[in-house]
Amino acid sequence: MTATILPTRRPDGFSARPRGRRGSPLTPWLFLTPYLVLFTVFVIVPVVFGMWISLHAWDFTLPRRPFVGFDNYAKLFDPSSSTFEPFWASMRATGIFTVLSVPPLLIIPLAIALIMRANFPGRNLFRAIYFAPYVLGVAVVAVLWRYLLDNNIGLVNYYLGQLGLPDDIAWTTSTPGAWVALVWVTVWWTLGFNAVIYLAALQDIPAELYEAAKVDGASAWSQFIHVTLPGLRPILSFIAVITLIASANMFGQSYLMTQGAPGRETRTAIYQITETGLRGFRMGDASAMSFVLTFVLVILSAIVFIAFRQKREERA
Amino acid sequence: MTATRSTPARPGSEHEAAGHPIPRRRPLSKAAIAGRVLRYAGLILLAAIYISPLVFMFLTSFKSGPDATSVPPTWIPDPWTTQAYETVFSATNTPVLRWFLNSMIAATLHAALVVVTAALAAYPLARMNFRGRSLILALVIGTLLVPPVILIVPSFLVVNELGWLNTLVAVIVPTAASAFGVFFLRQFFLSIPIELEEAAELDGANKWTTFTRVVLPLAKPALATLALLAFLTNWNDFLWPVYVLFSPDLQTLPAGLATLQSANAVRYDLLMAGAALASAPVLALFIFLQRYIIEGVARSGVKG
Repeated sequence: MTATILPTRRPDGFSARPRGRRGSPLTPWLFLTPYLVLFTVFVIVPVVFGMWISLHAWDFTLPRRPFVGFDNYAKLFDPSSSTFEPFWASMRATGIFTVLSVPPLLIIPLAIALIMRANFPGRNLFRAIYFAPYVLGVAVVAVLWRYLLDNNIGLVNYYLGQLGLPDDIAWTTSTPGAWVALVWVTVWWTLGFNAVIYLAALQDIPAELYEAAKVDGASAWSQFIHVTLPGLRPILSFIAVITLIASANMFGQSYLMTQGAPGRETRTAIYQITETGLRGFRMGDASAMSFVLTFVLVILSAIVFIAFRQKREERA
Repeated sequence: MTATRSTPARPGSEHEAAGHPIPRRRPLSKAAIAGRVLRYAGLILLAAIYISPLVFMFLTSFKSGPDATSVPPTWIPDPWTTQAYETVFSATNTPVLRWFLNSMIAATLHAALVVVTAALAAYPLARMNFRGRSLILALVIGTLLVPPVILIVPSFLVVNELGWLNTLVAVIVPTAASAFGVFFLRQFFLSIPIELEEAAELDGANKWTTFTRVVLPLAKPALATLALLAFLTNWNDFLWPVYVLFSPDLQTLPAGLATLQSANAVRYDLLMAGAALASAPVLALFIFLQRYIIEGVARSGVKG
């Protein structure tokens, strides 16, 4: 389909005389054009346009969209405005979810990766089983778990009852049950991803370090503390940052499992932004919210990244 | 973007683990055997519990409505029936089969668009010297850091301006500018010995011919991995289709599942039939192409 954009001397693409490595100066740009068109229209333009919108009282349904400067941002920090409470409530929900979900997503996959590191028959089957939920979409995962967590007929409450535990927790309509459910589902869905990255990093730790530790009589635990953890430190900051960002962008689980209930307690920031902008069509407000969320995430990511890096330097 | 230097799924490990257990020097004691059996039993039990929700989903999709909500819950359908599938296929407000087709069309075209545009862009960035190359490269890699949330509202308006709202194009094209794809393919192109391309050019081949006849055939595994990942991402995408597709018959399966859920809140047999249809293709791809998917996903650093 793009064959016509490049002039060739003969139809088969071979010119009579070798031109060496220098083609026309246009050649690289012809190759780049299709990508750059998509990139400009759907990345560059939206980023700039988003900033522009956030400076206007932009309502999709109204013809006039006057410039308001930083009013949309100011409203987010003014307790008397109508956007203040819903936005910060959603930021709070995002914060709660992130704080609850990041630690298990750092620890459980590490435990799985440590088990999978040993070379035993069937290891790849186990690895595939733990990774499998990750290839499913959030819609499947959330719809499935809303069924399993149904407080009347769900499997989870049934088995809890069998074990003599409370069997009437409303996992999707009350807190703190809803938080436990959202975190649990997210951990089940994505732990395979972190485990696979841990596993690769574990395989990079030189076996000689363990040999040396064994010679020194180190126990399994002290090998873990003195060999494994330091070896994982660089990858740990990577996993921590991407897990933090993924958790802070949580949307589908809340949208499908709890619909933000009870009240709006589990309505996350992304949920609030899309509902404000794409259902309520108050796009100026929504854009301002998305930049504030981004700003917070950039700061947090930087803190996590620096924290892990400093720890590494202290050891060195 | 990737922080893992080695590939998570090592081709060699498959063989080591599957076929060639390390030869044992002496027979294991009874206690050692018992310990090993116990450990295996524990692993198998954990893995079985872990995967059981998926099994339950598929089983429930073959139950009748009352059977799916029976108390206490049962695992095996009684009787086995395809009633749930028949119901969702024939319902006009939730045309699941149509959604399946929409998803298939969208994910396939999206994957093709990603691979074609990324391969074309990655080649000059890997192999040609031109002014502006480092700027383009920096821009592309820089977008890996742009949080998707700031694109949602303005992209919606751009798509509206283009007249694509409520059409499948809206879920095929806007997300196709894949910075990861360009980065990933560029790395692969750089790993191809340049002598092959030089030989072709000495024979008088121009850049286009070198690209299509020398580079692309060599890059097939990388192109296939990228296509696979783009297909999976698009097939599973949820937030964007929910907001840009409104007509019942234009939805993709994940967005459709939300519609199905609001139309049949506790008809879990129907919901599980929909969820099973949305899972089956990606699980099938995963079973057959596991190594490429795990390796590629880990490399892309994309977390859901």
